[in-house]
Amino acid sequence: MTHYLLRRLLGLLITLLVASLVVYLSVFLSPGSPEQVLFGSRPPSPEVQEQVRQYLGLDDNVVVRYLHWLGNVLTGDLGTSLITQQPVAQRIAGPALVTFSLVLYAGLLIVVFGVGSGLLAALRPGSTDAAVTAVTSVATALPAFVAAGLLISVFSVQLGWFPSYGLGQGTGGRLQSLTLPAVALAIIASGLVARVTRASARQELASEHVQTARMRGIGGARLVRSHVLRNAAPPVVTVLGLQVAGLVAGAVVVEQAFGLGGLGELLISSVQQKDFPVVQAIALVVVAAFALLNLAADLVVMLLDPRARAAAA
Amino acid sequence: MTAVAATVASTTGTTVAATARRSRLGPAAWVALGFLSIVVLAAVFAPWVAPHDPNAGDLLNAYAPPSGEHWLGTDGTGRDVASRLVYGARTSLLGPAAVVLLALLLGVPLALLSAWRGGTTAFVITRVLDVLFAIPALLLAILAVATFGVGLRSAAIALAVAYLPYVGRLALTAAETERRLPYVQALEVQGHGAVRINVRHVLRNLAPVLVGQGSVAFAYALIDLAALSFLGLAVQAPQADWGVLVSDRDAILKGHPLGVVAAGTLVVLTVLSLFVLGSRIAGEDRR
Repeated sequence: MTHYLLRRLLGLLITLLVASLVVYLSVFLSPGSPEQVLFGSRPPSPEVQEQVRQYLGLDDNVVVRYLHWLGNVLTGDLGTSLITQQPVAQRIAGPALVTFSLVLYAGLLIVVFGVGSGLLAALRPGSTDAAVTAVTSVATALPAFVAAGLLISVFSVQLGWFPSYGLGQGTGGRLQSLTLPAVALAIIASGLVARVTRASARQELASEHVQTARMRGIGGARLVRSHVLRNAAPPVVTVLGLQVAGLVAGAVVVEQAFGLGGLGELLISSVQQKDFPVVQAIALVVVAAFALLNLAADLVVMLLDPRARAAAA
Repeated sequence: MTAVAATVASTTGTTVAATARRSRLGPAAWVALGFLSIVVLAAVFAPWVAPHDPNAGDLLNAYAPPSGEHWLGTDGTGRDVASRLVYGARTSLLGPAAVVLLALLLGVPLALLSAWRGGTTAFVITRVLDVLFAIPALLLAILAVATFGVGLRSAAIALAVAYLPYVGRLALTAAETERRLPYVQALEVQGHGAVRINVRHVLRNLAPVLVGQGSVAFAYALIDLAALSFLGLAVQAPQADWGVLVSDRDAILKGHPLGVVAAGTLVVLTVLSLFVLGSRIAGEDRR
């Protein structure tokens, strides 16, 4: 188990290293430079430009710059934004909080509605199953940007229940302004999770050990809880992990649609401004969150399923 | 557009096996196929199908309600919504087709090579796919757009690279199973070359899996590309595209959501059809 965890974390480090190199090169190769963005349409004298370039370290060799950045990151320093001169950690903290609360909110919705409707379909064959399956099939094809438009149109414009733009004040306001984005973000994943839950639960319901339990007189909630759910859970947890991890990057679409000021929006604006340290930091945070959520799901599966533990060892 | 037609055509049966399967497609898959055919035909023959010029505005006629002249009304600058949807089908289908073809062109040779050579080659290819898998598609696309400029081309290339691990892993598993089958060894013993065996025999047997997986990948590429257009990073605003049409925030806030709803519905129905068809083909194949 410890060996497995170490191997996975090493893999994560290598991935982050490669990702940082890819991001670095892509920003380096892109046209334009940060000081042009800073100066805007009125560039100062060449001497001042040169001073600024030196101050920002833009004239150094590419490799030197990358290694310098990497060394700083390894000591916990993400650098300073080229555009706002803020420490990068400070600059991305607020947006990161927005994105992670959005992902957390959507994740809860996915667990409740995805797993819930999947179980409902598996436990009530016939018309309930058919209706739930039809709804979840459509859900798997309803992208967040389409859902966002529909939700704004109905719940913001016509009913006026939720704001259509911006992040609210205070916990209540925040929660209210994150509700529609979280719903929009959760739909596709909920549909997928529901389908996997239904398939997995049906397989367990039809299995011999559940039939044996039924014959022994175990029924109702207890049968579902300790004989069906426990065994049906591992594939569901794996898909949940993959889907929620995918939301970290996918959130950018609803962040933009609802103007929440999240990490994805900051990434797009920083890319446009060539703010390399910020782009780099956001990419690392997103890739790390993606990998860690997947790792967490795998660990939960191992806790639930001794066979997975044995396979990893 | 020919690529889209080819994708659809190959699902209806260019191979003998697919023709035999046609009768077992099932009613849902037939409906899906019918819908996709209509969308593809509308896209190909857009100039004849669309009732108006998709970019001709008429400010005096903004947000007109549906009528005989404008079936789905007009948008904020008086452009015909129905015509924009028809023309939008072009970029909305062409982009994903390019993504899937490119991902297959990159992924399938890698998978065949890895399955054939095994050992170090397979190890390296698997590791590269693993690392790519760890970088989310949208993140890669945003960076690519920064490097190569905003537009459909950079976005499509980036997505093709991002989809490589998904397509590659599936092709790899299938190719490895195929590699161990006796007929491959028999051909090897008879002295047929590796390229010939892979292209003439292995690839042919992989085709149904690749087509099934390809149409599912097509659906996801459609979603991701439309999302990038929605963000203003792929197809640019005046040009008609489903993602661009869905991003018409003004129309929603002013209480004229019809165009947005119609474009969104087309996206959902197209994606759903591709899922139904793709899982049917891949599912049939497993037996």
